[in-house]
Amino acid sequence: METVTLTVKQVPDLYLECENVNPDAFAGKTAEQIAKMGAYQGKEISTLGEFFTIAGNAGATAADTKIVINGDCTKMKYIGAKMTAGEVVVNSACDMYTGSWMKGGKLTVNGDVHSFCALAMAGGEFTINGNAGNYLGAAYRGDWRGMSGGVLRVKGNAGSDVASFMTGGTMIIDGDVDIHLGTHMEGGKIILKGNANRRVGGQLVKGEIYVFGKINVMMPGYKPSGEVDLEVDGTKATFIDYTGDLGERHPKRKGATVYGHLFMKK
Amino acid sequence: MSEYIIKNGHVFDPVQGIKGDKKDIAVKDGKIVEKVSSSAKVIDAKDKTVMAGALEVHAHVAGPKVNAGRWYRPEDKHFDSHKKPGITRIEGGKSIPTVFKTGYEYARMGFTFAMEAAMPPLYARHVHEEIHDTPIIDEAALPVLGNNWFIMEYLKNNEVENTAAYISWLMRQTKGYGVKVVNPGGTEAWAWGLNCLTIHDPVPYFDITPAEIMTGLMTANEYLGLPHSMHVHQNDLGNPGNYKTTIETLQLAEGVKPKNTFGREQVMHSTHLQFHSYKGTNWGDFESAAKEVMDYVNKQKNITIDTGNVTLDETTTMTADGPFEHHLHGLNHLKWFNVDVELETAAGVVPYIYDPNISVCAKQWCIGLEIALMAKDPMRCFITTDHPNAGPFTRYPRVYSWLMSKKVRDERLNTFKNADKVIGATYLANIDREITLYELAQMTRAGPAKCLGLMKDYGGLKAGMNADIAIYDINPDKFPSDGPAIEKAFGNAAYLFKDGRICVEGGKVVDMGQKKTFWVDAKVPENKQVMHDVREKFLRYYSVNENNYPVPESYAPHQHIITVDATKA
Ligand SMILES: [Zn+2]
Ligand SMILES: [Zn+2]
Repeated sequence: METVTLTVKQVPDLYLECENVNPDAFAGKTAEQIAKMGAYQGKEISTLGEFFTIAGNAGATAADTKIVINGDCTKMKYIGAKMTAGEVVVNSACDMYTGSWMKGGKLTVNGDVHSFCALAMAGGEFTINGNAGNYLGAAYRGDWRGMSGGVLRVKGNAGSDVASFMTGGTMIIDGDVDIHLGTHMEGGKIILKGNANRRVGGQLVKGEIYVFGKINVMMPGYKPSGEVDLEVDGTKATFIDYTGDLGERHPKRKGATVYGHLFMKK
Repeated sequence: MSEYIIKNGHVFDPVQGIKGDKKDIAVKDGKIVEKVSSSAKVIDAKDKTVMAGALEVHAHVAGPKVNAGRWYRPEDKHFDSHKKPGITRIEGGKSIPTVFKTGYEYARMGFTFAMEAAMPPLYARHVHEEIHDTPIIDEAALPVLGNNWFIMEYLKNNEVENTAAYISWLMRQTKGYGVKVVNPGGTEAWAWGLNCLTIHDPVPYFDITPAEIMTGLMTANEYLGLPHSMHVHQNDLGNPGNYKTTIETLQLAEGVKPKNTFGREQVMHSTHLQFHSYKGTNWGDFESAAKEVMDYVNKQKNITIDTGNVTLDETTTMTADGPFEHHLHGLNHLKWFNVDVELETAAGVVPYIYDPNISVCAKQWCIGLEIALMAKDPMRCFITTDHPNAGPFTRYPRVYSWLMSKKVRDERLNTFKNADKVIGATYLANIDREITLYELAQMTRAGPAKCLGLMKDYGGLKAGMNADIAIYDINPDKFPSDGPAIEKAFGNAAYLFKDGRICVEGGKVVDMGQKKTFWVDAKVPENKQVMHDVREKFLRYYSVNENNYPVPESYAPHQHIITVDATKA
């Protein structure tokens, strides 16, 4: 695997749209060619070379390419977005859309990410060693297709509207979340190690949410249906199984109605 | 104004019967002329195809429901909305593009006119604001009348003159172009929780049937002698087995005679026929009825149709057929927008994905193409996608590639996931016809121009006609054999002249032109009864004052008014 190292040399005045900073776009290019790739700041297009010092050439394919980014990326959007393979490590906080529409590969952010990250993530591994903002792993504004695959881990807390319209994949949050976790969920698994504020699993059709901590206010559409012993992300514990959201439509399979589940650790 | 001479191009012009012959086209002061001076700028059209600018007969491109689609679908414009170099603004949106993108994209494809197919009269101001902001192309809008309380009350009593006087008043208030009908009676019935799925289902309270509404409106339309005919989105859209209702509706035109001074020969334009040509009893045994429907269309000369081709994209459906959108939302569970427009109409919006892996969508794709390929008279069958309902209008180049190349469409057909099932339920696999460039010019230029009553000035390249000219990078002697090459040529006009000005060059927009809004001013004898009824309805029912209803001149500062005199009718 070849490594390309980007070091921020100029922090953008507005925000830099790094749609070209991912292994797929870099694959087969030399450091010099990468420096000439476009990046929008507002309506003006400039080059990656204007904002980063670039060292090392990319591999022949995305899978053979690793990108390491050093310096202040708090005003950089779209890092690792749409990546399908390879690896990206960002040693900074990042702005919106980081890892959004990601299909494969490995993305690690050693810092916080802003809102709208991992939107509609479909595959790969995305680890955030910090906090995440709102709409993590959700659908894009207006869309009904949220995170559908892959594994997303957050070491810190996440904001509100996390995992809206999630349809698949696994999301693990070590810290707390604010309101609206897993709204409109239609598949997938959320493991919340900390606490949630209100409205967890509102209008959830299918899928599973595991909560280790407390939910401030429970949705009225969930009904307890017994206790189960489970091993969740390496933790063995007894959970109360709630079915819901009973206010939402639910599909039928072999004549039986399929509900979503909210498991609360005892 | 400058002079141009377009030299050595292969000209396709149904107006003059020119089928690809090399002919020079001269342009002066916005018109096509016999000859120009030696100082005229020469445009080299060697190995290129020259046609009149294309006319869109039916699309939803301006107004409140289009905008509802835009604001409730931000996801439609998230990608690919960066500023491009040149004089154009940011172009956002795929199925519901911004007004700017709408103008640019039509122009790049060689279009110079688009008809907004459904204007809710109460919101006509919004429609005109958007039309005014759409660059380059001329536009007009059809007010929807098929569920209007005035119309239903007058027609219930067979009052054709009052109906005509009301239409004349309404077209003047809204700066409208003609008579549009959407699910006649059904949209009003839906306000009562019902629908009209056949043309004999009575509308609640009004006690009139869709058949009576359509016959009455055709009669009133011809009484006025409008440039366009009644333009109908039929009842029972999109349901298996609806083809019988479709044919029954088309039969209403039998015996109605066109009466106008514009050379128009049809009395009914039946739109997006693909959605109305379904056999079967449910989505499982759903089959094409294109043959049954087109056999009738081919023999009945006083009707025109457009196809409504499914493009196999993710799109946004939107129609004044309120009950249909509610039905669709029940099928796909995607977000549903709905509005009731007081005494006039309604509208619904639902996103839809025409997935090629789903055999219903693949069959719909076949049916749309079959309708065009089974049309015996290309002057009466026009290509549309009912934008954005069956797909975005920006896919026209791809639709052309399917129609013009059996190889290209068979490649698509044979690679559907359930190809055998799709082929078994449709006619397309056995159709060899390939639409020629001349037929394309009939279906997209001369035909729609005649249908809209614009054939005197538009849709052809005869001296005296408007200099709306599209030049494509297509050598008819070496017509491209692969789909992407056909698409590229039709999607990026080498040149587009609008009113004698070059607005597109090499696929790029270089001039915003001087777009005009067309509307029809029909004069009728003074009608005290209708004016009394209008006043009363505004006092009793409308949420706006009568004086706040009309579209002021400032909303359509560049008007092209077509006048009709029905005072002696
Ligand atoms: Zn329609
Ligand atoms: Zn339509």
